[in-house]
Amino acid sequence: MVKFTINGKAHSFDGDLAMPLLWYLRDELAMTGTKYGCGMALCGACTVHLDGQSVRSCVTPVSAADGKKITTIEGVDAERIGRAVQAAWRKLQVVQCGYCQSGQIMTATALLAANKNPSDADIDAAMSGNICRCATYVRIRAAIHEAARSLA
Amino acid sequence: MDIANRSGSSPSTEAEIINVSRRHFIQGVGGLALGLYLGPVLAAAAKHGAASFEPNAFVRIAPDGTVTVIAKHVEVGQGTYTGLATLVAEELDADWSRVRVEGAPADASRYKNLFYGAQVTGGSTAMANSFEQMRKAGATARAMLVSAAARQWKVSPDSLTVSNGVVHHAASGRQAGFGQLAAAAARLPVPSEVKLKDPKDFILIGKLNVPRKDSTDKTDGRALFTQDVKLPGMLVAIVAHPPRFGATVKSVDASKAQEIPGVVAVVPYAGTAHTFGGVAVLAKNTWVAKKGRDALDVQWDDSQSFKLGSDEILAQYRQMASRPGQVARQAGDVDAAFAKPARLIEADYAFPYLAHAAMEPMNCLVRLEDGRCEIWNGEQAQTIDQFALAKQLGLAPEKISITQLYAGGSFGRRASTFSDYLSEAVAVAQAAAKQGVNAPIKLVWTREEDTRGGYYRPLFFHRARLSLDPAGKLVGWHQHLVGQSILTGTPLEQFGVKDGIDSVSVEGAGEPYDIPNRRIELSTPLASGVPVLWFRSVGHTHTAFATETLIDEAAVAAGKDPVEFRRPLLAKHPRHWGVLQLAAEKAGWGTKLAPGAAGERRGRGIAVHESFNSYVAQVAEVTVKPDGSFKVDRVVCAVDCGLAINPDVIKAQMEGGIGFGLAAALHGAITLKDGVVEQSNFHDYQVLRINEMPAVEVHIVPSAEKPTGVGEPGVPPIAPAVANAVFAATGHRIRTLPFGEQLKS
Repeated sequence: MVKFTINGKAHSFDGDLAMPLLWYLRDELAMTGTKYGCGMALCGACTVHLDGQSVRSCVTPVSAADGKKITTIEGVDAERIGRAVQAAWRKLQVVQCGYCQSGQIMTATALLAANKNPSDADIDAAMSGNICRCATYVRIRAAIHEAARSLA
Repeated sequence: MDIANRSGSSPSTEAEIINVSRRHFIQGVGGLALGLYLGPVLAAAAKHGAASFEPNAFVRIAPDGTVTVIAKHVEVGQGTYTGLATLVAEELDADWSRVRVEGAPADASRYKNLFYGAQVTGGSTAMANSFEQMRKAGATARAMLVSAAARQWKVSPDSLTVSNGVVHHAASGRQAGFGQLAAAAARLPVPSEVKLKDPKDFILIGKLNVPRKDSTDKTDGRALFTQDVKLPGMLVAIVAHPPRFGATVKSVDASKAQEIPGVVAVVPYAGTAHTFGGVAVLAKNTWVAKKGRDALDVQWDDSQSFKLGSDEILAQYRQMASRPGQVARQAGDVDAAFAKPARLIEADYAFPYLAHAAMEPMNCLVRLEDGRCEIWNGEQAQTIDQFALAKQLGLAPEKISITQLYAGGSFGRRASTFSDYLSEAVAVAQAAAKQGVNAPIKLVWTREEDTRGGYYRPLFFHRARLSLDPAGKLVGWHQHLVGQSILTGTPLEQFGVKDGIDSVSVEGAGEPYDIPNRRIELSTPLASGVPVLWFRSVGHTHTAFATETLIDEAAVAAGKDPVEFRRPLLAKHPRHWGVLQLAAEKAGWGTKLAPGAAGERRGRGIAVHESFNSYVAQVAEVTVKPDGSFKVDRVVCAVDCGLAINPDVIKAQMEGGIGFGLAAALHGAITLKDGVVEQSNFHDYQVLRINEMPAVEVHIVPSAEKPTGVGEPGVPPIAPAVANAVFAATGHRIRTLPFGEQLKS
């Protein structure tokens, strides 16, 4: 039995603790904003926060979340940085197909929590684990700068 | 399976705009409907409340004033939902913030692509084929709302104005929102003629402040993709595919899989000539199904499978290129032009298979029940899929319903000519039913199945030679392309294959340059076992590369600037020349590039290409480091796509097209060895990441021409522009894609 919070709400689970958090969120809780893209921590579509740190939920077993705070795209707007990132994404019309964008927003939010004013190089370094096949990268960079400005 | 017969007319007559007035309509409130094919519309109207106003198949206005636009084209990311809604809302004078979009059901009688006669999203035609149709849909609804207000207020319709979803009568100060008028409007006859706005009066079309309709849902996790849909009792199917195309299941030991708690069934299922057969493991939870799949021990029958490697395929293509092919296009006397060339350029090009690698791996939810087949899927080719699945199931096509969802990318993959992954989902459900498992089934490919699933951009080889006269004029162009046909053998063959020449194999080759002696030849290998498919910009993915790098080589051979060299060759093609000039000017073509750091070499390259009736030129700037690695720093892009419906979406498509094209140019390669695909996931099938994305600047040519597509045309010019830039920096010509590590040797 493991216990954790997801977006501030307490949960416990006593099933297969080796199950990746991704499938627990999606298939057990029907929280489908977190996406499956590769299953090998290569694309970042499944990014969530574990105690504020970006993790790839497709390779993070449920057991690793024991006693921790999980934040997903469905709850990222509870905090100021997450809201600013989502607002910047909308203002600059970042999305295309949208499938990777939950993960992009989660990684960008963690970046801005650690670095209030990232340079392009900082952004490239922090975001290079998140693939966007529509290549919305130009706008992702711009939106992170925009969010940083709005938070300053 | 005959789409042409079903649609009943040729593409040219299909291109005529449907007269909305001929459509049946819902007369009265709720129940009185005319016309058999309006059944689903009626059902929708009932579902959405009796007072909903639904003047045609594309617009519904609810009593609360919400305007729903029914989108006949899928949203795979390229802004089609927003574009279609813009066209309707413009003529309706709707409040943009009160407009929402809903995917249309599969029904070609109402929702066909007017260029194709079938319900298909593709060929960058969504805006082009809908431009007048959607505007008329909006104008019709507006006229009826105005009529309703005029009757209520006993004033002339001419005395009323409409803005932001509200009808006004200036003289009396009366006004009413669309929602208040919806019920009354629904009782009125549909007007036979509607007047469309003069473009100078547009308030949404061509404007920058028209945000995408999917932006909010795609930034808070609410947008629903096929991957996200869950029906009561639904089981997820994770499948084992054979390692080689054409192999079949010989035997399966499922004992270990069946021991895993949660595994509901193990289901071997048959494939066809065009779809995988394999073994599916069914479970409620995707993880459990995957664990079950991984625990299977499957023996494959490889006797009929495809066993060649990419190297052998390419060697065969080289041989084919040395023998005459079929002549696709010819002008002048090519043999004479090469009799005594003053300068001769010879070049061989090789292009690998490419996987679309959309972020959402292929998947499809199917429910077989009561002689019907319900599909939930984000997809581009409903009519093709309805016919294919109907045949597979022995049902009438209208018994196949498709609920359109967002697609997490597609790039052509979800317009499957053989409906491969949908057909596989149905095969799994059929096989499961035979085992007594009657549940909705969602087939989910893992990234590995997606990467190895075939339906690739075909591998191509080109052999080209160019002849220049003593004055440096390009007088001969001879190009021989070798590669699999995408259309031959498919339901679409009749639309694109003539006398054995698949038009999409040679589209764009050598175009549009005015060269007196030109021959484009094609050799089409018999279908290999590797299934191929369109891939964002299709034939242009390789033809633009060869054409635009060859022109660059010719310019260099002639000692001329590549832009100036093109000028006489484009004299009859002002729109090509227009974008070329605009991109060159905005990029500072002809000025000196700022130098790089010590040991770095920098270069600028240019390319121009028309595809899907849109014209795009790009200038790329690259920096090559001493170790041969290089970075594309900046791309300046000019696009002429006729009237710009949504300039910001157009810009986004150019940015995205550049990134997508760069991914293929820098890294993209699916290779086979002994018939086995060597790549499996993003570590060995690399795509573009943010650190490789250049700065992009997009300039749109102002135009009053009819709007043309932007989903694909941004792709073709980038690879040759970068190759030309690399040449400018290093003197090295890249003719084998991807670029990979070639500059490091």
